[in-house]
Amino acid sequence: MSGAAQIPVRPRRAWTPSQIVLTLLGTAVSVVFLSPLAWALFTSLKSETEAVAVPPRWLPREWTGQAWSAIFENGNITNWFVNSLVVSVCVTTVVLAVSALAGYGFARTEFRGKGALMGVVMAGLMVSPAVLGVPLFTTVQQMGMVDTYWGMILPQCAPAAMVYILYKFFQGIPRELEEAAFIDGAGRWRVFFTIVVPLARPSLAAVGIFTFIASWNNFLWPYMVTNNPDLMTMPNGIATVMNSYGIQWAQLMAGGLMAGLPLIVVFVFFQRQIVAGVAHTGLAGQ
Amino acid sequence: MTTTSAETVIVPARARTATESATARRKQGFQHGGWFVAPFLALFALFVVWPLLRGLWLSFTDANISGEGASFVGLDNYREALQDDVMWEALGHSAYFTLLVVPCITVLAFLLAMLAHHIERGKWLWRLCFFAPFLLPSTVAANLWQWLFNPGTGMINHVFGIDTPWLTDKAYAMLAVVLTTLWWTVGFSFLLYLAALQGIPGHLYEAAKLDGANAWHRMVHITLPMLRNITGLVIALQILASLQVFDQAVVMQDFGPGPEGSTRTFVQYTLEEGFTSYRVGYASAISIIFFVIIAAVALARMWLLRNREEGGR
Repeated sequence: MSGAAQIPVRPRRAWTPSQIVLTLLGTAVSVVFLSPLAWALFTSLKSETEAVAVPPRWLPREWTGQAWSAIFENGNITNWFVNSLVVSVCVTTVVLAVSALAGYGFARTEFRGKGALMGVVMAGLMVSPAVLGVPLFTTVQQMGMVDTYWGMILPQCAPAAMVYILYKFFQGIPRELEEAAFIDGAGRWRVFFTIVVPLARPSLAAVGIFTFIASWNNFLWPYMVTNNPDLMTMPNGIATVMNSYGIQWAQLMAGGLMAGLPLIVVFVFFQRQIVAGVAHTGLAGQ
Repeated sequence: MTTTSAETVIVPARARTATESATARRKQGFQHGGWFVAPFLALFALFVVWPLLRGLWLSFTDANISGEGASFVGLDNYREALQDDVMWEALGHSAYFTLLVVPCITVLAFLLAMLAHHIERGKWLWRLCFFAPFLLPSTVAANLWQWLFNPGTGMINHVFGIDTPWLTDKAYAMLAVVLTTLWWTVGFSFLLYLAALQGIPGHLYEAAKLDGANAWHRMVHITLPMLRNITGLVIALQILASLQVFDQAVVMQDFGPGPEGSTRTFVQYTLEEGFTSYRVGYASAISIIFFVIIAAVALARMWLLRNREEGGR
């Protein structure tokens, strides 16, 4: 799709021998790389008995949508899908808002104790639910938020890393742009929303997309904070409920693909922004 | 980035004509920014700082999961931890995993990025192919590979005509987790490398070509040096992420510790102590030990970076 759009911009290169070799190599690597995904897809289209046949076969002998209709009738998976969506959208929104504000605040404004606070935030880069899971759980428990959406969402909303990325970006914006607006009498918030935020759009897009991916795929924290099947997110429900009594492999693969599909679609549509965002932000981290 | 520089040229001229009151207004614009950082700091205090302090406090107590009736036990938990063979083993497993994953992912990501960068057609397709696995939840990737590794019904033994007990033998169990992780996460580092490759100015290569440098020389003398920073970043991010491995290992072993405990990672051990044995005090103590290890790695990187900057490149 985007390849076609590029034609007028860049003239087609000739098929030189080295390009032929590279393309063949790339194709071979891609086939190997994507074969596990193809395997999952084909398996999801087999019957449960055929899925566990020995020896295994790539393609189904008999194509069937049994597994797919089973997971939808079962009901749980649509629940998990909605939960995942609610949690990821909330987390992404809150993270974008608070980290853009904080990144700008640390980069541009003056207030007492700024240096010390920045140091604390940097130290926070080393804390994650994996590192401090048990104390974080007891904290959330104390707040009465175990087995709630709040308990799942809020602890994912304080990512020091995102603040740091945006802080670095805001530091790179020339100060004069804002100063000119101040002189013209614009208020601080107006300057932030009409000048700073539009400039930061690529970085904000990258932060948003990566936060969404991380939150959609987050397993550890939802796993710790809830064991109520009605509240689980996709990765969680698939790993715990679908794995618990005698795994139905065809259904498990169908569910797994359903968990992965939304992000793959997002990536196809936002590829350019994501790659630009990585260039902007990931490289800022070095 | 390039769009901003064009606009900046005009602005300083206007700023210079500013009156004194305008200067005051300009300065005032940057004052008292506390409100910008307040929402983040509130969340940060509640869910990062407080759990850290609480964990530190709990680590000196014999608290259980209910949080009631905990009494101060001083350094007992830490003393116990230092003699806890299972903890050291779990730390060893996480370290072994890290040692295998980090170099493999770095090299693999670099090679894939070089490949995708140099094929002139269908760039978006290669990017999508190599990045796609990263978009799956860890648990889905783990389930998929758990099954690929399954003897009998799994494809891996079938395709290679071997009979390896990947998931049930302690010699292979962690290796299976490593292979799964390589496939699942290499896409992220690949994207970092690809962005870095695209950022190398083309005129460097053209100049080298004029000087008669061949492809190999161009890679050794331009590409690799230009990628030094990004390689440092990839390695650092991978070390920190790999030490915290948990998801893949537990899912592939059906939430158990693996054959003879061989895939029990450090994170898994803290959760076992906290949520299965209900020893929150002890679990907090080993979490704090883990935090210190992670912090040491992160600080070592910062120190290395600073040294390099001071030494001049």
